[in-house]
Amino acid sequence: MKFSGWKLSYFLLAFLFVPNRAFAMHIMEGFLPIEWAIFWWVVSIPFIILGLRSIRKTIDANPETKMILGLSGAFAFVLSALKIPSVTGSCSHPTGVGLGTVLFGPLAMSVIGTIVLLFQALLLAHGGLTTLGANAFSMAVVGPIIAYYVFKGSQKMGLSFSLAVFLAAMLGDLGTYIVTSVQLALAFPSEVGGFMASFTKFAGIFALTQIPLAVSEGILTVVVMNFLKKYNVSELKALHVFSTKEAH
Amino acid sequence: MKKNLLLLAIVVLLAIIPLFIQKGAEFEGADGEAEAAIGEINADYEPWFESLWEPPSGEIESLLFALQAAIGAGFIGYFIGLMRGKHKES
Repeated sequence: MKFSGWKLSYFLLAFLFVPNRAFAMHIMEGFLPIEWAIFWWVVSIPFIILGLRSIRKTIDANPETKMILGLSGAFAFVLSALKIPSVTGSCSHPTGVGLGTVLFGPLAMSVIGTIVLLFQALLLAHGGLTTLGANAFSMAVVGPIIAYYVFKGSQKMGLSFSLAVFLAAMLGDLGTYIVTSVQLALAFPSEVGGFMASFTKFAGIFALTQIPLAVSEGILTVVVMNFLKKYNVSELKALHVFSTKEAH
Repeated sequence: MKKNLLLLAIVVLLAIIPLFIQKGAEFEGADGEAEAAIGEINADYEPWFESLWEPPSGEIESLLFALQAAIGAGFIGYFIGLMRGKHKES
């Protein structure tokens, strides 16, 4: 497990603006100007629709993967409920979307990620309905897309399966925060320095916080994948998880 | 199995170590800083929408978070048991 060489200097958790709420990551209800809230909704909705189709297609083709889809959802559910302390002396939580991305592709996770976000917005006042489009875009659209391409790229480079899974989950997690800081910087550009100054500020606030969490998320995803590799090989093959070389 | 336990141990350490190297830290989440950042950039911004419902207290909130984790963990446990059982049969 080598993850020391990654120069990950930009990412951030979005945040909660209510004092004494000890976690971060999503943009709070009402904290995006209305035009941006609508914009991100419009951007995210097609991915959710495509995701529903993608899930239906997968389940129709391989009904036996239904339980594993449930597992992917449960994994995201658990991980996004865990607020973990970080070296910066603050807390945040992982996203858990990397596992399902590796198994079902990024589109399927846009649906599952949005469901998790909706639950948190309605019951925990965490994130929000007006900002759901933006939060879904970062955690359920871009995070999984990054994870997917990192996974495929790592396999092409001939990295081991576990390492590919680890990097995919870790970088997908970090990518989510980069997107969140971009979204906030777009909505709140600085008077001086504009977008970049804001982005640096938002990304800088949490620069270190997410590293150990992203590493943890990567490791946990590998642990679950190890189990699946042992007990669900046929389903993994049906989902084309292994590269041609590994499909022995 | 050994490898998985080792990996899980790393995760636990990653979560525990900060508590010791950051003695006295608030572990609040960086909301305060972030709020200050938005305030600095745009002092006039007012949130235009409120959450429809908020947990009335920290206790209720932690109940819901625990519930979220429990539902997910329950399913994962069920899944693991089911698959191991199937595996034994075959």
